[in-house]
Amino acid sequence: MSDEEDDIILSELDDEELVQQMFDDLYDGLKEEIEEGVNILLERGWAPYRVLTEALVGGMTIVGNDFRDGILFVPEVLLAANAMKGGMAILKPLLAETGAPRVGKMVIGTVKGDIHDIGKNLVSMMMEGAGFEVVDLGINNPVENYLEALETEEPDILGMSALLTTTMPYMKVVIDTMNEKGIRDDYIVLVGGAPLNEEFGKAIGADAYCRDAAVAVETAKEFVARKHNQMAAG
Amino acid sequence: MAHILHTLLDTQGWVLADGATGTNLFNMGLEAGDAPELWNETKPDAIRALYKGAVDAGSDLFLTNSFGGNRARLKLHDAGDRARELSRISAELGREIADAADRPVIVAGSVGPTGEIMQPMGELTHEAAVEMFHEQAEGLKEGGADLLWVETISAAEEFRAAAEAFALADMPWCGTMSFDTAGRTMMGLTAPHMVKMVNKLPNPPMAFGANCGVGASDLLRTVLGFASAGPTLPLIAKGNAGIPKYHNGHIHYDGTPELMADYAVLARDCGASIIGGCCGTTPDHLQKMRAALETTPKGSAPTLDAIAAALGGFSSEDDGTSGKTPTRTRRRRRAA
Repeated sequence: MSDEEDDIILSELDDEELVQQMFDDLYDGLKEEIEEGVNILLERGWAPYRVLTEALVGGMTIVGNDFRDGILFVPEVLLAANAMKGGMAILKPLLAETGAPRVGKMVIGTVKGDIHDIGKNLVSMMMEGAGFEVVDLGINNPVENYLEALETEEPDILGMSALLTTTMPYMKVVIDTMNEKGIRDDYIVLVGGAPLNEEFGKAIGADAYCRDAAVAVETAKEFVARKHNQMAAG
Repeated sequence: MAHILHTLLDTQGWVLADGATGTNLFNMGLEAGDAPELWNETKPDAIRALYKGAVDAGSDLFLTNSFGGNRARLKLHDAGDRARELSRISAELGREIADAADRPVIVAGSVGPTGEIMQPMGELTHEAAVEMFHEQAEGLKEGGADLLWVETISAAEEFRAAAEAFALADMPWCGTMSFDTAGRTMMGLTAPHMVKMVNKLPNPPMAFGANCGVGASDLLRTVLGFASAGPTLPLIAKGNAGIPKYHNGHIHYDGTPELMADYAVLARDCGASIIGGCCGTTPDHLQKMRAALETTPKGSAPTLDAIAAALGGFSSEDDGTSGKTPTRTRRRRRAA
C-alpha cells in the first residue's frame, strides 16, 4: 500500500465512507479513531441515536458475527469493545439528554459460588456494543442480589453465567425463586457459560442458553423484539 | 540422573496421569464456591484420599490440589497472601502419598490460570503474571513436587509467563492448554500454534498438550493437530469424561469408564504418551484406562471419523486450522 493511501483524514470522508471506515476501525479496535469518528458525525448534525445504531452497533455486528463464526477470538473482541466504549462514553450523556429510544436493559452476574468473570464480561461488552444498557453485578451472586437488581433496575433481561459444573445448578435456584415470587415471566432469562448446553438451559427453565457472547446478543435482540411485539399486540 | 518422568516414559512407553481434581472433591463434599486449596489445610485427609484414589487406580502421575492456588485466584477467597503456603502443603501431601506407593509415582505441582486477561487486552502485566506463577512455583517446589504442571491455559502470553516463572524456580515442568472454542483456545490459539509457541520457549517443558476443553473427541482432534505440526516433545492428553449433563439438580459427566478406556487407547494412537482425564474422570475411569493401555498394543493414528464413532461427535466442524479469514476485507488501512 502506498503512503498516500495510508493516510486517511476522517473529516474529509463523506458520511457513508466515514461509517464504513468506522466499521474497519472498530474491527481493528482503534479507540481514538472511533472517538474522532463519533465526534465528526455529531458535528455534522447526526442524532446521537443514529451514530450509535448506524456506526457503532453496525460495526460491532460485524465483529460479533465473525466471533460467532470462529473467525475472531476473545482478544480481538476485547479490543473492538474497548474502542466501542470510547465512542459510547461520548454518546451516553447525549443519548440521555435527547431521550433516545432504548434498545433494552440487562442485569447480568456470575452465580453464587462462582468467581469467573471473563465470559460474563465479554457478554456485557457485546451487549453494550449492540446498544443495550447493562448492569453488571459481578461474581458470586446469591439469589438476593439478582432479585434486588431486578426490582431496582427494571431490566428486560436477566443474564446468568457459570463456569463450573458445580455452580450451574444455582441458576435453577434463581429461576425457581423468581417463579415463587411470580415474577419469572416479567423477564427474559438468558444463561451461559462453558459447561452449559441447550438441554441444561431448558431443564432449569431459562428462556435460552447462549453459546457465546455473539449468540447472547442475537438472542437478546430476538426476545426483546418479541416482547415488544407482544406488548403492541396486547 | 534421569528425571523420573523420562525414566517412566522410557521403560513403559506411556504414563497414566490422573483424573479430575475439582469434580472429585465436589463428590467428597466440597461446596461450590469454597476454594479447594483451603482443604489442603482444613481437610488434609480428603486431599490424601483424592491423591490415593488416583494412585490406587494405577496413575503414574497425579496433580496436586493447587490449581487455583495463585495469588489472583485465592484473593477472591481472601487468601491471596497464602498462595505459597497452600501450594506447599498440597505438594507435601502429594509427596507423602507418592512415597508410600509401591512403585514410582510422580507428584506434579498443578498451576492453573490467573483468571485475568493479560495486557494489552486486559490489565495483567507480564511481570505481575511471572511473579504470581513464581510465588506458587516456589511453594510447590518446597513441598517436594517432582515437576510443575501448568494447565487449562488459554493465552500464549500466560503460558510463556508461567514458563519464565518455572525457570526462575529452576524446576522442570509440563504444560497444557484448553481448546474449547471451535477447536481453538478461548484466545484463538490452534494446536499447531501451540507447538510453534512451545518450540520457541527458552526453557522448554518436558511435555506439553491439551486438557479439559469440550469432550474426549475434541481433545483427541487437538492431539492430532499437535502431531501434525511435528512436535519433538512428548504429548499430553487430559480430556474430560464426556460432557456434563443435568439430572435432578446434579451435574454428572456422561463419559463411562469404558468410553474413557477407548479414549486412552485412541489418545496413544494419536501420538500422546502422557494420558489422563480431566473433569468427571474418577478412579473407576482411571482403572479401566490403565487396563486398556496395558492390554492393547499401540495402533496407527485414527481418522477423525474413527474418533467420532468411538467417542462421539465433535463440537465444531473443524479444529480452527482450515484457514477461515476475516469476512471484512479492508478497504484501506490508515497509518498506524
